[in-house]
Amino acid sequence: MGSIVLLGGEVFRSLFTTRLHWDEFIKQLHFVGWKSQVIVLTTGASTGMVFCAQTFFQFHKMKMDNATLTVVGVAMITELGPVLAGLMVAGRVGAAIAAELGTMRVTEQIDALRTMATHPVDYLVVPRFLATVIAMPLLTVLTWSVGILAAYVLSVTVLGIEGSYSLRHLYFYVDEQDVVLGCIKAVFFGGIIALVGCYRGLNCGEGAEGVGRATNQAVVQSCIAILVSNFFLTLFLRGLLYP
Amino acid sequence: MIEVDNISKSFGNNVVLREVSFRVAEGESLAIIGRSGTGKSVLLKHLVGLMMPDAGTVRVRGASLNEMNERELLTVRRQFGMLFQGAALFDSMNVFENIAFPLRRAGVTDEAEIEQRVMEMLRLVEMPGVESNLLSELSGGMRKRVGLARAIVHRPTIILYDEPTTGLDPVVSDSIDQLMRRVRDQFNITSIVITHDMRSARRIGQRIIYLREGQVYLDAPADEVFNSTDPVVSRFVKGEADLKEVELS
Repeated sequence: MGSIVLLGGEVFRSLFTTRLHWDEFIKQLHFVGWKSQVIVLTTGASTGMVFCAQTFFQFHKMKMDNATLTVVGVAMITELGPVLAGLMVAGRVGAAIAAELGTMRVTEQIDALRTMATHPVDYLVVPRFLATVIAMPLLTVLTWSVGILAAYVLSVTVLGIEGSYSLRHLYFYVDEQDVVLGCIKAVFFGGIIALVGCYRGLNCGEGAEGVGRATNQAVVQSCIAILVSNFFLTLFLRGLLYP
Repeated sequence: MIEVDNISKSFGNNVVLREVSFRVAEGESLAIIGRSGTGKSVLLKHLVGLMMPDAGTVRVRGASLNEMNERELLTVRRQFGMLFQGAALFDSMNVFENIAFPLRRAGVTDEAEIEQRVMEMLRLVEMPGVESNLLSELSGGMRKRVGLARAIVHRPTIILYDEPTTGLDPVVSDSIDQLMRRVRDQFNITSIVITHDMRSARRIGQRIIYLREGQVYLDAPADEVFNSTDPVVSRFVKGEADLKEVELS
């Protein structure tokens, strides 16, 4: 944990003192942001529809059908969107970062970088960190947008809920603070995924077993960190954004 | 130029280097020989600051590597080129980008100059026309040549070779030896070669250090080592097993 925080400190130092490797950054942004769309779209749509159906089944008993989309919207924007996108990106991107850097380490490519007067943090970690931190809020917005859209289509076409009334409720109960809260969480989760993935890759053990273990640790530790920090972020940011 | 004073290194309970000391002069060509697992590669990594000793000091042109952090070491490493055992080429790049990498890192931005120097290096290692090849299209010997081209493209003053001929057939090994000699003579580079290939050590090393059980057993001119009457040295250079060790193993 302490070593990952130190790596974070080195990343911030590098961000402000050395030139960004734009080609590597663009490559990573494409990998993290563009290529993660399918997985977050699927996750968002599936969760939005299931959550909508389950909420409707309970609310219908209390004649609160029109509140269904509002509950789905608030939950998707503040909690489910950032957490689900974070878990999906941790599985896809965190694992890939750890495996790639781990393989570079065991094949001495990291040592080769160092002998060519290149700091691994500047060349490998900073572009991945920036790309993940920038892509995560965008992927989170995509997750909750498609989740709410899927829930709206389901509620109107299958569950028989009145569409315009539901939308008016949604606009009324979702605040700008909810959107800001979700985006801040996403940025934070992006930082966790990149730092844990890079740290595990750069410090992986020898051979295929070492790379495999590093990849596994990167995913498990990122997911646990996302789930635990989500609770504390919710409490902290609620106090900050909703005084 | 390079001063190694009493360096020791352990990994857990495994003592790899024990109070190793030697000097390397400007333009000298040194071969470090020894059996597998005697700490040759670990020693080489200490010379460029990739590893730090538990005790002792390493100085490069008077600058003590022990007292530097990773960013300060980057400046010292600009003087070095290194050919790794497995070449350590970047598999996300093609041949051209691999060789151009040190130039771009050294701040060369003129693409025409980069192309000219990459092509010059490819001609030197006798591999013209492969610049757009992917690494998966190269054999082991070709990878070593590209690795060598990458190690010298930024014109370092010191070059380190880690087992340059290991895993290569005798003909390819011979061509790599010739290349290393050509690089040494053409650029007047200080060369340090780690090897257990005696033919390669004899061709490249003007001076030879025999490392045994993590210690310098012999540090002498190449002829003296290859004509040594010391049974330990003689057996090693002739590639003869010690019968006692064979029975024990």
